[in-house]
Amino acid sequence: MDWCFPLTIVLHWWSTTAPYFSLLLQGSKIALQMTVLTLLFGSVFGLIAVAMKTSRFAPVRGMAQFYVWFVRGTPLLVKIFIIFFGLPQLGINLPPYIAGAFALAIHTGAYIAEIIRGGLLSIPKGQHESAAAIGMTYRQTMQWIILPQVIRVVLPPMTNQFIITLKETPLLSTIGVMELTLTTNVIVQSTYRPFEFYIMSAFFYLAMTSMLTYVMGILEKRCSVAYGAAGRRQFPSRSAGRGGVAPAPS
Amino acid sequence: MRGQRPGDATLCQGRNGDGGAADPQKPLLEIRSLRKKFGELEVLKDISLSVRPSEVLAIVGASGSGKSTLLRCINLLEEPSGGEIVFANRHVYPNTHARKEELRTHIGMVFQNFNLWPHMTVLENVVKGPIHVKGIPRKEATAAAKNLLASIGLSEKMDAYPSRLSGGQQQRVAIVRALAMSPKLMLFDEVTSALDPELVGEVLQLMARLADEGMTMLVVTHEIAFARDVSHRTIFIDQGAIEEDGPSGEILVSPRKERTRQFLRRVLHESIS
Repeated sequence: MDWCFPLTIVLHWWSTTAPYFSLLLQGSKIALQMTVLTLLFGSVFGLIAVAMKTSRFAPVRGMAQFYVWFVRGTPLLVKIFIIFFGLPQLGINLPPYIAGAFALAIHTGAYIAEIIRGGLLSIPKGQHESAAAIGMTYRQTMQWIILPQVIRVVLPPMTNQFIITLKETPLLSTIGVMELTLTTNVIVQSTYRPFEFYIMSAFFYLAMTSMLTYVMGILEKRCSVAYGAAGRRQFPSRSAGRGGVAPAPS
Repeated sequence: MRGQRPGDATLCQGRNGDGGAADPQKPLLEIRSLRKKFGELEVLKDISLSVRPSEVLAIVGASGSGKSTLLRCINLLEEPSGGEIVFANRHVYPNTHARKEELRTHIGMVFQNFNLWPHMTVLENVVKGPIHVKGIPRKEATAAAKNLLASIGLSEKMDAYPSRLSGGQQQRVAIVRALAMSPKLMLFDEVTSALDPELVGEVLQLMARLADEGMTMLVVTHEIAFARDVSHRTIFIDQGAIEEDGPSGEILVSPRKERTRQFLRRVLHESIS
């Protein structure tokens, strides 16, 4: 008798939402597309920003610093509105999907810049020095020695950023992008069943973030092949001092 | 694994060929009045010395005396504050024309912390320099690298990642990585200081072998016995200046200056007790 009641609730929930799965799936697809596009372009912006931040020329450094400061200090929604509602006043009319992707990419780019910068700082100075001592140029050092190691280091924070971006896509519903949340809104308006549908929507998001986490986990494992038992760890070592490849310097 | 026993192959060209016979009398490296300041701190004060081809020079001194800085000025990892450095008849410092990278292909450096590149296998570590810096074709570079690794007995570790190797093995790979560039001069910066005591020997052995084959070496070290037995000349640096400079047999057994005696007493006393 006790388990009958919850079971009927679940069955009711499923039967209510199931006919709309294809719509929800479509919305999810758009959300994922937005996320992937954002991460790709955001990484480009982030890399450029980091390169500019390490420039010899102060104005170039200043521009990058301004970008990061401004973007991190302002809400994403406000930036979305500036780009979608504000730019038309200057004559720049972007369709919702382009405006949304652009706003998200610029926003995420600043965070990715800081992620990459943190990753670069974490590479021991000795790696730069041994590359230099062999006669590698700065570019060669970055390409062959430093950046490959940075990729492995930034995977956990990038996974984070991926998930954050996915959960930011609902903000695009304000400008008419038919991602998952706007789709759910529309369904709710015609079925008058907000509880069932928003919960189902939440599960769709959960499925997507879980999938992302899983894929990034595989990437992390693949990048850690070189590091043996130490690399397969998921958490920092508890044993005192001697983690990593070389023994601690005396 | 391919029938090469350790000790068979030569590690370097040494006395027998260097791309142009090195005149044993003319110095390979000349340092005149070298000075280095870090901000207000003067780490090197008016250092002058010269090194002949195939000479093995040991550099000893207390921590902070400037030994590592001296080495790092030679391959321009540090920019000197004054003085002159001449290597193989070319001005290293001051010099606006030559590229640092070109100079560094002729000078090999081995670090205290090995600094192997952890995301590449041992073999890849060794061939990276020859292939990308010197432009040697991959096949040729790989064959040469395999020979070098075989001659130090690490053939079976060729495809392993550095994390799988002991400290001594890693340091020997680091030495071989530098040798793969066929340098005229090798700089060793306290290369055994970070090793467990029982692994120190295998690295020193490799260095002794290198010295035997006629490589010109500058060795910053705390291993006094090694300096005495393997190096031709020893320099004692104290607070940025050269206190003593002479044959290793003399300096390390019966030094002239009191500071040197004090230093040796401290170092040798520590290793005995």
